Amino acid sequence: MGNPNRVKAESGIMRWVDDRFPATQMWQDHLSKYYAPKNFNFWYFFGSLALLVLVNQILTGVWLTMSYNPSAEGAFASVEYIMRDVEYGWLIRYLHSTGASAFFVVVYLHMFRALLYGSYKAPRELVWIFGMAIYLLLMAEAFMGYLLPWGQMSYWGAQVIISLFSAIPFVGPDLAQWVRGDYLISGITLNRFFALHVVALPIVILALVVLHLIALHEVGSNNPDGIDIKSKKDETGKPLDGIPFHPYYTVKDVFGVAVFLFVFAAVVFYFPEGGGYFLERPNFEPANPMVTPDHIAPVWYFTPFYAILRAITFDLFGLDAKFLGVVFMGGAIAVLFVLPWLDRSPVNSIRYKGWMSKVMLILFAISFIILGVLGALPATPMRTAVAQLCTVLYFAFFLLMPFYTRMEKTKPVPERVTG
Amino acid sequence: MADNGVNKGRRRLLLGATTVVGAVGAVGVAVPFVASWQPSARARAAGAPVSADVSKLEPGQRMTVEWRGRPVWVVRRTPDMIERTENFDPARLADPDSQEPQQPAYITGPLRSVRPEYSVLIGICTHLGCSPLFRPEPDDVDMTAWPGGYFCPCHGSYFDLSGRVFRNVPAPLNLEVPPYRFDGDAVIVVGEDEEAA
Amino acid sequence: MKKQLFALLFALVPFMAMAAPAPDVPYSMTPDLRDQESLQRGMQLYVNYCMGCHTLEHQRFARAAEDFGMPQDLVEENLIFSSSLAFNDQMRIAMDHDDAANWFGSAAPDLTLHGRLRGPDWIYSYLLTFYRDPSRPNGVNNEVFPMVAMPNVLEPLQGVQEKVCAETDRPVEGAELDPLTGKYQSCEVLQVTQPGSMEAEEFQEAVYDLTNFLAYVGEPSKLQAQVLGPKVLIFIFIFGVLAYLLKREYWRDIH
Repeated sequence: MGNPNRVKAESGIMRWVDDRFPATQMWQDHLSKYYAPKNFNFWYFFGSLALLVLVNQILTGVWLTMSYNPSAEGAFASVEYIMRDVEYGWLIRYLHSTGASAFFVVVYLHMFRALLYGSYKAPRELVWIFGMAIYLLLMAEAFMGYLLPWGQMSYWGAQVIISLFSAIPFVGPDLAQWVRGDYLISGITLNRFFALHVVALPIVILALVVLHLIALHEVGSNNPDGIDIKSKKDETGKPLDGIPFHPYYTVKDVFGVAVFLFVFAAVVFYFPEGGGYFLERPNFEPANPMVTPDHIAPVWYFTPFYAILRAITFDLFGLDAKFLGVVFMGGAIAVLFVLPWLDRSPVNSIRYKGWMSKVMLILFAISFIILGVLGALPATPMRTAVAQLCTVLYFAFFLLMPFYTRMEKTKPVPERVTG
Repeated sequence: MADNGVNKGRRRLLLGATTVVGAVGAVGVAVPFVASWQPSARARAAGAPVSADVSKLEPGQRMTVEWRGRPVWVVRRTPDMIERTENFDPARLADPDSQEPQQPAYITGPLRSVRPEYSVLIGICTHLGCSPLFRPEPDDVDMTAWPGGYFCPCHGSYFDLSGRVFRNVPAPLNLEVPPYRFDGDAVIVVGEDEEAA
Repeated sequence: MKKQLFALLFALVPFMAMAAPAPDVPYSMTPDLRDQESLQRGMQLYVNYCMGCHTLEHQRFARAAEDFGMPQDLVEENLIFSSSLAFNDQMRIAMDHDDAANWFGSAAPDLTLHGRLRGPDWIYSYLLTFYRDPSRPNGVNNEVFPMVAMPNVLEPLQGVQEKVCAETDRPVEGAELDPLTGKYQSCEVLQVTQPGSMEAEEFQEAVYDLTNFLAYVGEPSKLQAQVLGPKVLIFIFIFGVLAYLLKREYWRDIH
């Protein structure tokens, strides 16, 4: 029965299943006979942690939906209802709100790992592009989710970001109005954001996560040395430097999960506001279209791009600053998608790249962090100047990459992975 | 990668210990999610005891209060009504002595009440949940020796004024008596037991 | 291992750099949610002096009673004044929101989340720094909330506070430090000029209790988090130790 080419259990219930569904085959392909390089380091925890946070977000999100009221009149009160009247509602909500920030923490570290070791390079371009699509949708998901508590920051943050669309020439104002479904952010906007946040985007994100993993397991994992473990195999065809993902990386990841959960739980129980960066103070006041808070800042994971937006204070090429800011902000994300084709280095890992790549990567990381800090602060002329410098460095990292990766002298790559 | 030198016992012990602790953790994680389905503070507040002021209730009349979303009837019985109920032929009733647990322990006897004058019942038919009609007088229903009571129009069940169900009707049980107590002479608190006062 | 720690620290840099700045208010207080007596006194002050105008839209009497260890009949007798409010109800008031807006120019805000919106330091400072100001229509002003519309409802307790010229320990803008006394000379010093029913220290304690209560009301779940948190963390720690030993055991295979 079934496909005779599949690996099947000898007998018993698993045999019955295998004749109808490739369970044993999938178990082997993705876990027990998926050979991963044995030299994964600290940076390789964040993929599985992202999966853990995704599960947390879905589970707590479903439960929040049970008590949340997606209307302009009832949203704010229903969040307080969850926080006070629903048994353990406070815990479920803090798991969700802290999970949102944790998601971006692990995703940013996961992405930085790819930059360090060239995990985006051939043949992993599609892994990277699926990953970038997840990242993009995750930002949309987080942005729409942030409107739902219907506090002052929810409201005005959404107001500002949606107004960005109006900067697009010709169609902008109509587009912004179409997104809102009203002349200002209103209950109508809230309803459609709710539908997208809890139904549409999670489905697409889940599908992309599956694609991301299938693509990864097709080409195999990269490693800190950036070399191909499949080129050195033993007589049975197993990569010499590969070890089965299960049990070796499953037990390792379980330990990573424990460390992560310790930090995560500490935040959930003791610092759920994250110093005002996970839950912002103005959001403890219901949305009021008549009064803008003194200082509007996006949530921390958007601030680098927000800083780039604000750094563009000048007109250029006949485009006004407002539109140009949107172009730069969009470009900062779009450029990530073409990264696999910008890197012309013969080696993958930063360990064997030349000094120029190292300097550029460090400058990029520093400028990204500085942009993140600046985006959360009110703008001053000094800060805008710094943000402009960092924006230049941000783009230089990508746009100059074809040149410095080709020009620089690389170090010889070892035959086998190093510890 | 060879198996030599592997302490299988230690490995199995650690694997077992981690699995058990992990499973306990998974159960622990499930607790808040399961517990959050309990009635919330709002639901409990809405289900809190309800006070009914019966001082204006004339003998023979009925009033309805809402408790936990259900109608609760309070009927002030006339001496005639009490007599008709007490003297009614128990053979025509399915559970004349309230054997089935459809009332708090302190509700006994044919009158099924704390004070004979006041009958307190949940106005939901025990058949399929319709709300029966009030037919208090002997000629209200076309039946020999109707003692006064309730008639459910949905499927034709009959109950006497104490909510005791007749034989050979669809409803299987007597009407439910909610927990209640008197607060003075004029106030009935529905939802609180006698003893809890 | 050192490298990994370094990387972790590196990841934490943005959070340290962005640590929220302390609010710019003269006094600070640390809420103590385990001090049930303080919370009870704070609630009593709240229902007597604040609840005439300010609702606590999301705070139930019953929840406070449970969290502060107060029996139901005591709460019903001493803290619930309106016959339309029940023990299980939220701490609302009878005054209509629109009426209030008409009578006072603006409706008094709901204070349920003020403990989180403004922070306890702000509330504490606000309540302590009302002073008489004849230039204002209602005769009072406030240090941390200039042009405040609310009258100083606690004045009978505090007494009349005014701005006078005096010495003060606190650094004052535009005032020089006197090197001999270590104090500042300023004409912006708040001083009680007519005593109220409470001594200065007694009043400060009362305001502490009231602020403590509002800090509690902002986030009652903090009490539950403080109980559950340590248990969860200890559990995860034990799990982590086991997971580490298991990982090390399996990785003996890998050379």
